Amino acid sequence: MKRKIIDKIMQFLIYTSGVLVCFVLLIILGYIVLKGISSLSLDFFIRLPKPVGEVGGGMVNAIVGSFILVLLSTLWSVPIGVLSGVYLAESSSSAKPSNFSSVLRFLLDVLSGVPSIVIGIFAYSLIVLPMKKFSAIAGSFALGIIMLPTITRTAEEMIKMVPRSIKEASLALGINYWKTVFFVILNTAKPGILTGILIAVARIFGETAPLLFTAFGNRFWHRSLFEPIAALPLQIFAYAISPYDDWHKQAWAGALILILIVYIIIFMSRKILLKYR
Amino acid sequence: MLETKLEIKNLSAWYSEHQVLKNVSIPIYKNKVAAIIGPSGCGKSTLIRCINRLHEIVPNAKVEGQVLLDGKNIYDIDVDPMEVRKKVGMVFQQPNPFPTMTIFDNVAVGLKLNGVKDKKLIQSTVINALKEAGLYEEVKDKLHHYGTHLSGGQQQRLCIARTLALRPEVILFDEPCSALDPISTAKIEDLILELKKNHTIIIVTHNLQQAARVSEYTAFLYLGELIEFGLTESIFTAPKMKKTEEYIMGRFG
Ligand SMILES: Nc1ncnc2c1ncn2[C@@H]1O[C@H](COP(=O)(O)OP(=O)(O)OP(=O)(O)O)[C@@H](O)[C@H]1O
Ligand SMILES: [Mg+2]
Repeated sequence: MKRKIIDKIMQFLIYTSGVLVCFVLLIILGYIVLKGISSLSLDFFIRLPKPVGEVGGGMVNAIVGSFILVLLSTLWSVPIGVLSGVYLAESSSSAKPSNFSSVLRFLLDVLSGVPSIVIGIFAYSLIVLPMKKFSAIAGSFALGIIMLPTITRTAEEMIKMVPRSIKEASLALGINYWKTVFFVILNTAKPGILTGILIAVARIFGETAPLLFTAFGNRFWHRSLFEPIAALPLQIFAYAISPYDDWHKQAWAGALILILIVYIIIFMSRKILLKYR
Repeated sequence: MLETKLEIKNLSAWYSEHQVLKNVSIPIYKNKVAAIIGPSGCGKSTLIRCINRLHEIVPNAKVEGQVLLDGKNIYDIDVDPMEVRKKVGMVFQQPNPFPTMTIFDNVAVGLKLNGVKDKKLIQSTVINALKEAGLYEEVKDKLHHYGTHLSGGQQQRLCIARTLALRPEVILFDEPCSALDPISTAKIEDLILELKKNHTIIIVTHNLQQAARVSEYTAFLYLGELIEFGLTESIFTAPKMKKTEEYIMGRFG
């Protein structure tokens, strides 16, 4: 009898927490959609911000800027991350795992725990100060560092999950070790690695802190990658803390678009995994 | 008439300190099927993995002795293991097609990664290999689907096609049917009989009827030692050694 009551109570607690979580998430989402959708217009996607005081304008430069920043960060961190993942996976399957691989693994774990603003400061002193300029380059350097641990560790795990028999089948075809690793094993791990990359991309899309003093933001079009560049989260931040009502509205619209983009990326990563099931 | 294609000479093999093959010598004749039988763990897989130099990819594994392919020791220092593996193909116990590659690419990948650039040549070799493996009719409309959607038996024939694409002279089969149903097994056995016209074949099997059906020669391995080698018929009807007889009568293993 007593057991039954405890059972019921536990069940109730589990259900209510589930409902509560859903509720909170729905409220947040609903609020953003409600607030954002009313300020969305075609202008938002095709116009630059208007000068201070004028109503209207859009965030086209920030939307494009965010994509540029993410693309640049992906461009450098994916090859390095995947290659390090290959290295970690292969060295753990060899007869004597090297010391360097455990050092690397440790550093990556530490790095993934470092707050993103600290990485921003690091990028600031390493790139912005010597170049004496905020820039897209500095921003994507910071974002890329944030992506590295996720990409490397997913790549490592996914490569380790490739069955031994796949490696042996490839070697037995007279395919040499390096081609086996890069064209057969990586190919087999590809869906998982792509998913990891997309999750990392989804994460950095919304990163604001590391961009504050690297990419800096820009109310106009950037003229080169060596100039300050606008980014969606930066623009949202700047508008949200401004005293203007119209800017607040645009910040909501920006938040909605940001969530939408992130959702699409996560949706794509699901699709990729399912495709190979 | 009997031509020796491959000669295993005083072969010993280790995993770390554990010796699993002890001074094994077996002649393998050209265009014949040789079966290797013996209880589980006696070293059958290890033996054939020494013939395509796959044993050495296991960390801390060691080989001693010789394997002569057309009279040339494949363990000589001037021999590239990749070249050996192209001449000596291997089909594994579990069908292991490459899961993220299409049926076509599964067969083509060995050619492509071994430097064949000619698209037409690849295309025709792939189709020929699929035909030889008796799979072409079943997959010709879905060459660009993933190989993992095939049945187990079809997957195994895909793996055979993948091996055939490299035009090997010798093909090693490591219990190729142990994961398959009787009908798929029969198909693979027929295929082996067909393939021996142009290839020399070694098959490891737990199934003594299968050894009797497909092989001309049989080697009986026990605890890493070669107990008996000879014509399959005489091994099964008049074994010379007591151990062989006991194994064949099903008294152990
Ligand atoms: N990768 C390995 N590392 C260490 N020992 C191994 C390894 N592979 C096999 N062995 C050992 O070597 C011995 C021979 O194994 P092998 O796989 O050659 O036997 P087998 O005759 O093929 O057995 P089965 O019929 O079960 O496939 C066994 O004792 C096994 O435990
Ligand atoms: Mg075996």
